[in-house]
Amino acid sequence: MPKTDKSTIQMIMARKKEILKAWLEAQYDSKSIRLDLINKGELATQSEDFLDAFVDAIKTENLTDISAPEYKYVVQMLGDISRSRTRQGFSPSETAMYVFSLKDTLLHFLQDAFSDKPEELNKEVLRFSKLLDSLGLLTFEAYTHSREDVIQRQQQEILELSTPVIRIWKGVLSVPLIGTLDSARTQTIMESLLQQIVATESSVAILDISGVPAVDTLVAQHLLKTVSAARLMGAECIISGIRPEIAQTMVNLGVDINVKTKATLGEALKEAFSRIGLRVVRSEAAPERS
Amino acid sequence: MDKIPILKMGQFLLVTIQVDMHDRLAMTLQDDLTRMVGTSGAHGVLIDISALDIVDSFMGRMLSSIASMTRIMDAETVVVGMQPAVAITLVELGLSLPGVLTALNVDKGMEMLTTRLGSSRGDSKASHEDD
Repeated sequence: MPKTDKSTIQMIMARKKEILKAWLEAQYDSKSIRLDLINKGELATQSEDFLDAFVDAIKTENLTDISAPEYKYVVQMLGDISRSRTRQGFSPSETAMYVFSLKDTLLHFLQDAFSDKPEELNKEVLRFSKLLDSLGLLTFEAYTHSREDVIQRQQQEILELSTPVIRIWKGVLSVPLIGTLDSARTQTIMESLLQQIVATESSVAILDISGVPAVDTLVAQHLLKTVSAARLMGAECIISGIRPEIAQTMVNLGVDINVKTKATLGEALKEAFSRIGLRVVRSEAAPERS
Repeated sequence: MDKIPILKMGQFLLVTIQVDMHDRLAMTLQDDLTRMVGTSGAHGVLIDISALDIVDSFMGRMLSSIASMTRIMDAETVVVGMQPAVAITLVELGLSLPGVLTALNVDKGMEMLTTRLGSSRGDSKASHEDD
C-alpha cells in the first residue's frame, strides 16, 4: 500500500475552512439541492460536522478501508444524514450528491495543490475518488435500509387494516377478504374472526372471497382451517363470492370444500338469515323499486 | 378434585369442566357420563369447556368419542364455549372433531338440543341430519 503523501492531508487540514466554503457553494449551486426540504443553516452545520469527522478520519492516513475504526464516526454520521433525508423526501441520487459534491470540491483542491506534479496528482485523485465513492455508496445503502423499514411498517399496518370483521346483523358476521391470502394474513383473519364470534355471540359467519384474485390449494386449506375452527366454537361459516374462474381452479385442483358456498354475498346473507330463523319480506308501504 | 360433576337438568345432562383436564380425569368423565346417560335416560348432553385454556389431542379425541358413544345410546352431545385459541390449536393439530355438535355458549347449546329433540319426536327423518 503506497503511503499517502503527508502533504495532501496537511493541505486538506490547513485549507479545511476553504474546502467547507467551496463545498457548501457547490451544494447550493447543484441542481439536486432541495432548499424546500432543508434550510441553508442546517446544511452548513451538517456539512461542517461531516467535514470535521472526515478530516479526523483521513488524518490516520487510512484512505482505503472505511470499515476501520477511525471511520466509525464518519460512517455513522453518513447513515444518520441519509436516514433523515429519506424521511424528508430526498431521492437516492440527491442524497448521494451530498458526498459526491464533496468529492468534486476536494479534487479541485488537489488539482490546485499538485498542479506542477501531474503524476502525484493522478495518484492522489485516484485514491481520494475511490474513498469518496465508497462513502457515496454507503449513503445509497443507508437510504435503501431506511426505505425497507418504512415498507415493512406499512406492510404491517396494511395487514392490520385489511382484515375487518363486520357484524352485519345480530348473530351474523361478515369477513370481506381482499387481496392475496398468505399464511400471516390468514392467521390474523382467523384470530380476529374467532374473537368477534365470541364477542358478538354470532352463530353465522360469511367469508366473502370476491376480492381474492386467486385461490390455490394453500388458500383453500387456510379457508378450511378457519371454517373448522369457527365450527368448533359453534359458529357456521358460509363462503361466498366464488367466481367462475375460482370454481374452475378449485375443481381442477381437486380441492374439496366441505362447507356451504354461495356465488354472491347476497345469497349468503339470505342463507345466513334462514339459519338464524329470519325472513326478509318487502314491506307493503314501501314504494316499488326497480 | 378427581371427579367432574355431572348435573341432570330435565332431560339433559350438564357437564362444566372447570379444572385442567388430565388424561385420567378425562377417562373418568367418559365412564361416568356414559353410565349417567344409561341410568338417567337423558337425550342430550351438554359439555361446557369455556373455562379450558388448553385442550390437547387426547382431550380432543375424548370429546369426539364421548359424542359417538352417547349418540349410540340415543343422546346428542353438544360441546359449548370453546375458546378461540383452543379452536385454532385443535384445527392446527388436524382435529376438527367431525360428528361433534358445537355451540357458542350453554344458552345456545340448550336451544340446539331442545330443537333437535323436538324435531326427533315430531319428525323422525330430521333427527339424524348432520350439518
